[in-house]
Parts: sequence; C-alpha cells; structure tokens
Amino acid sequence: MTAVADRPTTIFRRPTAETGFWSWVTSVDHKKIGIMYGYTAFIFFIVGGLEALLLRIHLASAESNFLSAADYNGLFTTHAVTMIFLVVMPMSAAFMNYLLPLMIGARDVAFPRLNALSYWIFLFGGIFLYSGLLFSGITAPTGVAGIPGNLDPSDVRSFGALPDGGWFMYQPNAGADFSPSTALDFAVIGLQILGIASLISSVNFIVTFFNLRAKGMRLLRVPVFIWMTLVVAFLLLFSLPIIAIALFMVMFDRQFGTLFFDATAGGDPILWQHLFWLFGHPEVYILILPAMGIVSEILPVFSRKPLFGYAAIVFAGAAIAFLGFGVWAHHMFSSGITTVAQAGFGLTTMTIAIPTGVKIFNWLGTMWLGRIKLTTPMLFAIGFIAMFTIGGLSGVTHSVVPSDWQQTDTYYIVAHFHYVLFGGSILGIFGGLYYWFPKLTGRMMNDRIGKVHFWLWFIGFNMTFAPMHWLGLQGMIRRTWRYDPSLEFWNQIVSVGAFVIAIGLLVFIYNFWTSKRRGEIAGMDPWDARTLEWAIPNPTPAHNFSVVPTVHTLDDFWHQKYEEDAEGRSVRKQEADDHVAHLGEIGIHPPVPVHLPNPSYFPVVMAAGLPLIGYGIIFHISALGKALIVLGVLISLIALIGWGAEPLEESHSPSAGAQ
Amino acid sequence: MSRGRLFRLLQLAALGLTLGACSVIGIPDSPLNALDPKGPFSERIDNLFWPVFWLATGVFVLVEGAVLVATILFRDRPGRKEPRQIHGNNKLEILWTVIPAAILASIAVPTFQAVFELSECGEGAYPVEIIGHQWWFEYRYPEEGIETANVLVIPSGREVCASMTSEDVLHNYWVPALNGKRYLVPGQTTLLRLQAYEPGVYWGQCAEFCGLSHSLMRAQVRAVTEAEFSEWVAAQQAPAVTPAEGSPAGAGLEVFLNRGCTQCHNIDSINEIEQAAFNGPDLTHFMDRGVIAGAYKEYSVDNLKTWLANPPKEKPGSYMPNLGLTQQEIDDLAAFLETLT
Amino acid sequence: MTTAAETSAEGHGDHSLEDAHHAEHESTGVENRKLAMWAFLSSEFLFFGALITNYLLYSSKEFAQGPTPAEIYDIPFTSVSSFVLLMSSLTMVLAHNAVSRRDQGATRTWLLATAMLGSVFLAGQVFEFTEFITLEGMTLRTNPAASAFYVLTGFHGTHVAIGVIMLLALFGLSKRLGGLSDKQFLNLELVGLYWHFVDIIWIVIFTVVYLLTAVPGAG
Repeated sequence: MTAVADRPTTIFRRPTAETGFWSWVTSVDHKKIGIMYGYTAFIFFIVGGLEALLLRIHLASAESNFLSAADYNGLFTTHAVTMIFLVVMPMSAAFMNYLLPLMIGARDVAFPRLNALSYWIFLFGGIFLYSGLLFSGITAPTGVAGIPGNLDPSDVRSFGALPDGGWFMYQPNAGADFSPSTALDFAVIGLQILGIASLISSVNFIVTFFNLRAKGMRLLRVPVFIWMTLVVAFLLLFSLPIIAIALFMVMFDRQFGTLFFDATAGGDPILWQHLFWLFGHPEVYILILPAMGIVSEILPVFSRKPLFGYAAIVFAGAAIAFLGFGVWAHHMFSSGITTVAQAGFGLTTMTIAIPTGVKIFNWLGTMWLGRIKLTTPMLFAIGFIAMFTIGGLSGVTHSVVPSDWQQTDTYYIVAHFHYVLFGGSILGIFGGLYYWFPKLTGRMMNDRIGKVHFWLWFIGFNMTFAPMHWLGLQGMIRRTWRYDPSLEFWNQIVSVGAFVIAIGLLVFIYNFWTSKRRGEIAGMDPWDARTLEWAIPNPTPAHNFSVVPTVHTLDDFWHQKYEEDAEGRSVRKQEADDHVAHLGEIGIHPPVPVHLPNPSYFPVVMAAGLPLIGYGIIFHISALGKALIVLGVLISLIALIGWGAEPLEESHSPSAGAQ
Repeated sequence: MSRGRLFRLLQLAALGLTLGACSVIGIPDSPLNALDPKGPFSERIDNLFWPVFWLATGVFVLVEGAVLVATILFRDRPGRKEPRQIHGNNKLEILWTVIPAAILASIAVPTFQAVFELSECGEGAYPVEIIGHQWWFEYRYPEEGIETANVLVIPSGREVCASMTSEDVLHNYWVPALNGKRYLVPGQTTLLRLQAYEPGVYWGQCAEFCGLSHSLMRAQVRAVTEAEFSEWVAAQQAPAVTPAEGSPAGAGLEVFLNRGCTQCHNIDSINEIEQAAFNGPDLTHFMDRGVIAGAYKEYSVDNLKTWLANPPKEKPGSYMPNLGLTQQEIDDLAAFLETLT
Repeated sequence: MTTAAETSAEGHGDHSLEDAHHAEHESTGVENRKLAMWAFLSSEFLFFGALITNYLLYSSKEFAQGPTPAEIYDIPFTSVSSFVLLMSSLTMVLAHNAVSRRDQGATRTWLLATAMLGSVFLAGQVFEFTEFITLEGMTLRTNPAASAFYVLTGFHGTHVAIGVIMLLALFGLSKRLGGLSDKQFLNLELVGLYWHFVDIIWIVIFTVVYLLTAVPGAG
C-alpha cells in the first residue's frame, strides 16, 4: 500500500478581490450570486414588460398597424420566453440562492463554484437569446413546395428580427421551412443554454438540501420555501432533459437537416407537442411553487401564528409536482389525441386542483384568528391568494375537456395563466422582495409607497387580465395581430390596465432606489419573524452564521423568542430582546475566525464558452462558425481544467472572517 | 379602514360593476362569440360549461369572501391579544380535501360523457374534407367532386363530418357557434362534427398560431336548407363559362393565363393544373363565396382590386406574390373574376 | 464550538473537510459530489429515455424514403462491440477495486484498459456509421427513423467519449503524481458511476433499439 499525499496540482492562484467589479465576477458567495440573479432578472422584467406594452399599444385598436405582423409575432414570442425563462425562473432562483443556505443554517450551498457557473450561464444564455436581434432579418416562409411566401417591402426593415415561432415553437411552423429566420435559432439554442444553467442549479440545491441542513433541522422542520425549492429542483431535474432533447431535435432539424418534425417526410408534429408539454406543464409549477413558498413564509409572520397545516402544505406542494408530470396533454385537447387520452388527462387535471385547494385553505387557516399586520409584504401575500384562486378556478374549467375545445387558444387562456403567473408568481415574488429587502440591504422598504405600488398593481392587473376572460369567451383568439372590431372596447381597457401596471412598476423602482440609499435602518429582526435567516444581522454578514445554529423545532427562531401561555397564546420571553441583541452581536463578531470559499475565475470563463458554441452552430456553414465552435469548446475545456486544478484554499484573507 | 370608508368603497365597486355590465350589454357580440351555440354540439358544450362556471363562481365567492373577512376581522388593532398558536387541524384537512374531490368528481362524470359523445362522427353524417393552408381553408366534397375555399356550405339540420388535414403547418378549425376546435395536422387526419340548427352564416377562425398571417386566416360556414344545398351543389359542379374575347373579362382571362396565376389557381374548363405542385384556392366559382383572401375580407370590387395589386401588403407572408400588375390588368382581371359565379 | 475547518462549505475534492460537515449537519451521509452525480445521472436517464422513446415511435412507421435503421442493422457486429463495452464495466470495477487496495499500478492498468475498451467501442461506432452512410445510403436526412437513430446513438457515443477522456485524465493524474490520493479516490468512484451508467444505457439501447426493432434477416 502506498499512501499518496495531497499535493497542490496547480499553477493557478485564486482571485482575491473582495469589493468592486471583480469581486462580483469571481464571487462564489450564494448571496452575491442571488443578488446578481435578482438584478439580471429585473432588467429582463423591464424588457419583457416593454414588449408587453408594445403589444398592448398595438392591440388597442382592431386594425392597428402600429406593429407589423412579423414584429407582433416576434414580440409575443420574446415576451413569453423572457417572462418565463429570464424573469420568473431566475427571480425564483435569486430567492433560492440567497435564502436556501440561510434558512437551513448553512454557510453556502454545496457547490459554490457550480452556483456561480449557473448564474453566468444564465446571463450569457439570456444575452445570447437577445443577440439574435443583431444577426437576423425578417423573412417569409420558404414553404414546402418550392414556392415561397412574400413580404411587402414595407415590412422588411434593416433592424433585426425576433424569433417568431411562439415560445411553444410548434412544429413544423417553427421549423426550417416555415420560420427560416435565424432569429428562431437563437431562441432554440439560447433555451438550451439556459436549461444547462437550471440543471446545474437543481443538482446543487438538491445536494445542499439533503446534506447541509443545520444540526437538528429534520425534514419536517425545514421552512416551506425551502421545501418548495427542493420540489422545484426535482421538477427541473426531471423535466429539463425532455425539453433539452426536444430542442436538440429541432436544432438538428433546422441546422443539419434531420427530419424529426418534417411531416412531408413522415415526421410527427404532435410528438413535439408531447415532448414540449411534458416539460411545459411541470414548468408551470416550477414558476408557481417558489411563490407559494414565499407566501407560506410571509403569512405566518404577519398573522403572528404558525403556518396552518405545515405538513399538509409541504405534501400538497410535492403532490402538485408529482401530478404535474401527468397532465401535459391538457394543452393538447384539440390536437386530435385519442378520446380516452382526453378523458384521462381531463381527470388528472381535475385532481391537481385538490392539493392546490389544500394550500389555499391552509393559508386562509393561517390568517384566521390571527393578528394580521397589513404590511406591504402581507398585502402582496393576500393579493396572491385572491388572484391565484381566480387562476386556479379558471384552470378547473379547462379540465372540462369539451369546454376547453371552445376556450383553448383564446384570450380566456391568456387570462387564466396571467392570473396564475402574474397574480400568482409575480405578486408572490414582489411580496418576497419587500419581505426580505431588509435582509439584503439592512434597510426597510418604504411601506407607504409599497402600498401605493400594491394597489396600482392590484387594480392595473385586474383591469388588464379580468376582461381577457370575456374577450376569450367572445372568441378573441390568442397570438392575433388583428381582431374583430366589436372587441375593441375591452381591449382598450386592457391596454390602459397594462400602463397602470407599468406605473406601479415605476413606483416600485423609485421605492427600491430611495429605500436602498435612505431607508430606515432595519436592525435585527425587523418583522419579529420565525425562521433562521432572521437570527443573524441585516444585511447578512459574508459568513452568514458566526455559529452554525442547532435547531430544535419548526420556526426555531420564533421559539427562541416566544413561549406559550396556558391558553396557547404567544408570550414574549423576558430575555428575548437581550437574546436577539446578543445574536446580532456575535453575528457581526464571530467568536472564532470563519473562512469562506475563495472566489474563482473559472465559472465565468467556462460559461463564456457556451454562447460561442451557440453562434458557431448557427453559422456552422461558414468557416468562422466552425472556428467559433472549436474556440467555445476550447475555452470551456481550459476553464474545466483550471477548475479542477484550482487550489482549494488560498491563504485566508483576514476580512473574510472576523472584521 | 373605517366603516364609512369601507361603505364608500363598496359603493364605488358596485358603480363600477354596473357601468361595466351596461357597457357589455351595449356592445354587440363578436361574430366568434363562443357563448351563443347554434347547433347541437356547441349546445352540448355550452350546457356543460355553465354549471361548472357557476360552481367555480360559488367557490370564488367563498374563498375571496373568506380572504376579505379574515383580513378585515383579524386585522391587528390596538389592544388585540396575541393569537393562539394553532398549528393545524386534521379534520379540517380531510374536509377540504374530500369536499373539493367530491365537487370535481361531480364535474368529471358529465365531462367524460360529453367527451365520448362528441368525439365520434355520427352514422350517415355528410362527409366533407377540410385542408389547411397558410392562410386559408380549402373544402372538398368527396361525394360531389367539389373543390372550394373559404366558405363551407352545409345543409342545415344535418350532421356534417369533416375529416381534416393540413398541407403545411398546424391549423385549428374553429366555428364557435357550431362546435369546439380541432387541429388540422399535416400527415394526419382529424375529425370534427359540425351541425347548424338553422340556415345562416357562422364565422370561424384558425385558432392555432400558424405563422405571419395567422390572425387573418378566417373561415365561414354557410348553412342552407336542403333544397338550396342541392342547387348549390349543382351550380358548383358546372364548369366556368369562358368570357367573350374583346370584352374586359376576356382581357382579364388573358391576364389570368399569362401572368402566372395558373401556376397555383385552377378554374374548371379554363385551365386544369396539377394540384401536386402547389395549391391555391380553386377559383371556378369565385363569386359564390362573398369573401376573399382567406375569408378575411368581404368581397367588393375595390377590396378585390386592392388585393390583386399587392397581396403581401394585405396579408403578410402571402404565397401569392405581388405580380406587378398594371391598373389596366387589375381592372381586367377583376372583371374576369366577377364572371366566375 | 465551531472550528475553522468545518465552516467551509466548499465541496470540491474537499472530503477531508466533509467529515467535519457531517458532524454538525443533518445529512444523508452520502458525500456531496456523489449525491450530485446520482442526481445528475437520474436526469441523464430521462435524456436517454426521451431519445429512445423518440426512436421507438419512428421505428414502427413506414417512410417514403429508405432504408430505415432496422433494415440495415448488423446485429453480430453490434453484439461484439456491445460485449466490448460491457467488458469495460468489468475493468472499471477492477480499477475501483485496485484503488481501494491502494494498488496504484493495477489501478492505472485497469483505468487504461477501460479507456481502451471504450475507444474500441467508439471505433466500432464510427465504423458502423460509415458503413451505414456510404454502403447503405442511410444519412441523417434519409427519414425520421434514421435521424432518431443517429442522434440517439451519437448522443450516447458522445457520452462514451467524455468518459474515455475522464478515464485518461485520471490515468494521467496518477502517472504524474505517482498514484491517486484519498481525495482523488472519490474522483475515480464518480467516473466509475458515470461509466457504469453509460454502459447500462447502452444495454438498453442495444436491446430495445437494435434487437427488438431489427427486421429479421436484414443486415
């Protein structure tokens, strides 16, 4: 037996910058990564919102020529892609990154460098997706019979084109014959790049959840938001491969002439739909479950009661995810799938309403008999319940298959999923932002302006999306560049509503900006909260916990502060204030030095290779394209070698620990 | 919120609702209104939709009511004691699992019945074929040997069984007054049952996103009495009449034959083209339809001339190119097309 | 009390610190990177699942243009290359065994043997593709079944190639350092997991895609 000692295997030194630009680029700190996710997603939120406003300006009149048909199709495609993949998913990822270690009492996620890699891949993927604007032009279909479609010269501009196949990219319309513009290739490949980012995160979060929980934090002591993080990670783990393969096939069809979805050669366009929705429906839960988790954290704090039916809410979340894999064909009720399949998928779709209902009733149970403090985050949480319920109920009407034959592909559906994704996900996420803002910045968000924001959104949201139910029932189809003039009145209301939402967002930006600089200092535990992340100072110190906590119960932090009297009412312990002050003290001055994972260059370098490969594939016919593929692979490979050879520990910088 | 302010707010909300309702009544229904069934199949769906809708409304009132009540009733006020720390209640959990399940089961049963009833065409249904193209619908009557486009003429009171397919991308045939939607899939055949109680014109639309001019891909079903239908069939089976030479229509025929129109368009007895290469709408009885350009525009001489002058301008992506016709050629061509009754 | 060592959350190759982690955390007891590999492989399973399903859907169809893969399979040839890949799993186990006995020389031998067997399999695949394309005239663009076949087996071949690179990297590392340390032992275990997974997937592909769909008498 020969024992071999560990030897440094490297020539690289790890970066050491702690402030400024490079500290962010090379950061492996889950908090910084979370914040970068948040800002990036917010910028995309503004982009996606502007796209929506353009669409709504166009739709304010029935025969509008504000946008050309090509631009209209491009904008509704990018609006969806942006809001789903570049806004709601990364905003959820921002919260997960920031909070997962904090809420389970850990110093970081299991693989900090992989975490950074996820972020950079996401960022570059998003930029790649939009960079198509610089390289693509608007084109008419080339058709199947050698006779191409035609565009009027007034529709062909020097400015680039957006992908125009819809986010669902139904084949063969989004195939090479009918959407020949390279704009669509940027979406196809961009989504694959984004998928890699999500896949890496999901693996990372799963390991973190299972292996890094603080001592005593048994499974049923884990906060609901973290449970939902785990559930979402599993949903991603099992649904992303499906869409990755489907997109892979489309990419091959478009780039290398395979025939997967070419109906004239015997390909099956409906296969694409099965694959797409087998991913697409779990994706819906990927978008909503984190917001449900956030709301489950906010409600108990401001009702000053524990979450009603904690276990039921956790299991309901898991059940939704599980059932979510068995309902995909309800997006295809009118596609000609067999009658038995329609009935079956109708039934599974109905059953998914049951765990959803359980969640809603338990949230109501949490508020009931509470002592409700109507702060801004609480308003958003209540707004979430109210609006999500509407989306859920209209969802049930879709499970009635014949009704769905009438309603599918109309604005009724548009209304439905905006109630779920805006009324649900976005309200939940913004509630979370108000709630955890002191955690991020050490300052409070202005509550009064926050309420103005809430009411503007609540009113604007309902103005925008409630009339869409009616428009859909009146036969206004989705993705329509023109509509019947009789529908103009409600469309104008909708367009005005969209601008009310935009004003609300401006109010939020103002509030965020001023509160970040001049907001009231939060101090320790500003909300009198229940979970571990509040047992440390605000903003969170670089090392999270000076002393890794030991957990004794669900809502451990609350029970450190409160006990129950004979009636079961909370009574603040006498020593609670001192205890919290003490936690604040040691939070800033750790009793023993703490060292943190060192920053690294390699995540950002490795991520930079992927878009190059993407460009290379799109332009693979040219020599430059082939060179780009080689270059991209080389860059990623070199980063990989550097990653593996990077020394694990640099000499500890003093300021990373006690200051 | 004080009681007075709450009252005023409610008043305001009521006013808003009333105004909203009034304006809804004041606006005419859209031609694609899905809530106005005109045939047995759409009526069957309608009868299924409303009970579910009211059930959902009931749950809506209940939940939203509970949210409001909880927010108002349990709002923190000075002197309010800390709440009792209730962690849950298993009986309640079971209750709000079982009751929704029961409600859903009560919806599931009629849903299943309707799905199975509506999916298969009835025996003896009149067969037609619908073929989707970017961006118009082609109709064929296999028993009568008729090919037409844009307007599907059917006998009222009789079930029509449409077997559908597509030549290019996915389309979705939807005439809300007569039935729900069904895809047209290239390389596959799907079935759709259509039936109108009364003679009349029922509008339809391609509902699946199918490219640049998706929104302009419309359809019309014209239900006529049995007698009218027989007449219509006979008229359709007749060939077109060749216009006299020297007349504007005769000049138009020359334009039609020499400026590329015959590459895609067929007119019985005037030109016969191989359908295999490329298929534009059959124009033999063009004037019978009353609509042009994928049923997007009502027929009028002006509309027709605008269309002929520059189709891609009217319909982005159009496979009919701008042929660069002179005004004279357009006038002649329109005169010729008007003879195709 | 906390120590400096256990406060690191870094998981890469840091299993000397892992034990300290376990002491203060609720944990599955499975090392972080191994758990991550399992999670990743479960996802990979669906990648291949989607591709195999896709092939099966198209294998039963008839197309205007032939041939389909099922008509031209060379089953005896693929059986041999499948056997080679199967044997590489055995040598992988032997490498694993050797390293746990701290027998550095044998470890290197078996690592190299595994990589070689993997390369032979890849060479077989290149030969098979070349024959299909040049002799039988079946390309990516012949029909959807052919597209599905090439993309599936090519995707698998890429996995084998990545595995070979990882094996050779371990071999090189051991050569340079004079052996694998305890820390790198885990690396070998992870590569082993991956390698066995790729093998198992091939067994499924060989049975379901080749044997079950092959047209009798063809090839």
